Amino acid sequence: MRRDEYHFEGFASRLVRRRAKDRLFKWAALLATSVGFVALAVLLVGVLRAGLPWLTADFLDNFPSRTPAKAGFKAAFWGSLWVVGLTTLICVPIGVAGAVYLEEYSGKKGFHKLLELLIANLAGVPSILYGMLGLIVFVRMFNIPAEDASFLGVQLPFGRSVLAGACTLSLLVLPVLIMVTREALRAVPESLRLAAFGLGATRWQCVRHHVLPAASPGILTGVVLALSRALGETAPLVVMGALTYVAFTPESVFDPFTAMPIQIFNWASRPQADFQSVAAAGIIVLLAVLLGMNALVILLRNRAEKSRIR
Amino acid sequence: MSTLTKARSIPTKVPSPPRAVLEVRGLDVHYGETTAVRDVTLEVPENQVLAIIGPSGCGKSTLLRCFNRMNDFVPGCRVEGEVLLDGVDIHRSSLDAVELRQRVGMVFQRPNPFPKSIRANITWAPRMAGFRGDLHELVERTLREAALWDEVRDKLNESALSLSGGQQQRLCIARSLAMSPEVLLMDEPCSALDPIATGRIEELIRELREHYTVAIVTHNLQQAGRIADRTAFMYQGVLVEVGETADLFTHPREKKTEDYITGRFG
Repeated sequence: MRRDEYHFEGFASRLVRRRAKDRLFKWAALLATSVGFVALAVLLVGVLRAGLPWLTADFLDNFPSRTPAKAGFKAAFWGSLWVVGLTTLICVPIGVAGAVYLEEYSGKKGFHKLLELLIANLAGVPSILYGMLGLIVFVRMFNIPAEDASFLGVQLPFGRSVLAGACTLSLLVLPVLIMVTREALRAVPESLRLAAFGLGATRWQCVRHHVLPAASPGILTGVVLALSRALGETAPLVVMGALTYVAFTPESVFDPFTAMPIQIFNWASRPQADFQSVAAAGIIVLLAVLLGMNALVILLRNRAEKSRIR
Repeated sequence: MSTLTKARSIPTKVPSPPRAVLEVRGLDVHYGETTAVRDVTLEVPENQVLAIIGPSGCGKSTLLRCFNRMNDFVPGCRVEGEVLLDGVDIHRSSLDAVELRQRVGMVFQRPNPFPKSIRANITWAPRMAGFRGDLHELVERTLREAALWDEVRDKLNESALSLSGGQQQRLCIARSLAMSPEVLLMDEPCSALDPIATGRIEELIRELREHYTVAIVTHNLQQAGRIADRTAFMYQGVLVEVGETADLFTHPREKKTEDYITGRFG
């Protein structure tokens, strides 16, 4: 008889119950996972069935029209690409630099804590408020009167332009980008920094050559999240006055624009049944762009991971 | 300078002690409310190996990190007193921390090579500092000094992380030597290594003494005995005793030192 057998009395019968609980939890977790997946699959199948017949070359090459058969996505498609492209150019350098400041340069007291709190809260502000902010700050610039005032060749105020939209969306996604980038920077082992400092490197040399390369896969994940959000946002663009009927594509950042989610929203709210299918076709294009964009960033991320010699 | 050389060349019966590269005077280090190092006064003589021994938590690593201001990165750490590098106070003079760390290099407890090629590990810091010389020559010379050249000469472009732990640590030493430091600080450099790798590093440290000044923290008494010219014993933040290694181990002046080296505690 083993010494501890007394204390483990009923071990075998309890083991059956313990195993059962284990299995139960496994199925519960699987169920939780499938809720999201099934909902998405149902949605996707519905959209594909309604939209695919309408998804033709003409759909991508036509401007919006009053008749569903002629209605096209061209203005919204290019408008979105312009806005999201410019948003990337604005928010990635600012977001990464902001995160580098908070993680690498700033002390960890008082002011730092305040900034941290503000940014975390900004991430939770409803997007429509960003739209109002964009309307006042970028579109109207506090109602400065001169319609054709300009500064260094930049027309002021920005008006309902691609530039104003990109600035607004940048503000919207910055908190998320900063928080994800900070996490990525925090995951870089301290020994790497100490190695660089111990050799007489400056903070910037250490960040530029060791910390940022090591954090770049994580930072790119943040960029995916930020850009996906920017591509799908409707409310702030509606509030700041992106157009709903546009028969041209932007040729510069100062041109007015519309975006894919706005166009989809517009079609979906029409009474004619055919426009519902046109909206579905638009959703397919939006999803394709989203997936393509994410795939591109993931490709970049894999390359960043490989280029670090392991 | 010339008077100094002259004074040295005059034959005397007592050999004049070597010049102190680093001088520590009345050094206190606090972490917030606790005091880690209390009133330490110590010299690190040129072209010698100084070992700092003592039980865990006695402040020996903290003391070592003062020598190149690595404690700057520890939040809440305050340093009082003087650390003089060639007679210049490293905390209160215009000497920049970046310049200081180029002159006082550091090798850490765990090998921490950059996740780059072996060559890039050596060349990175000199390039950042504006090195204008021959980088190939620098790589070969420092790897030879670190007794690693023969093992890596054919794979300089391979990842430093493909090396064994002992090789990585020697690469870290070579990387520090590439900055031509006056002093090399080593914080328990062998504690993560096996006995064979440890033996090679110890051999290397003895050779480095010809061109460099070394201060090494170790909790391994035998190691201090094997490699150090002078040994300092610390206990609870206080420097108990410092002297020639042989003297300290055979005729300790303090009871505490004797208890520690005979293994009564620690």
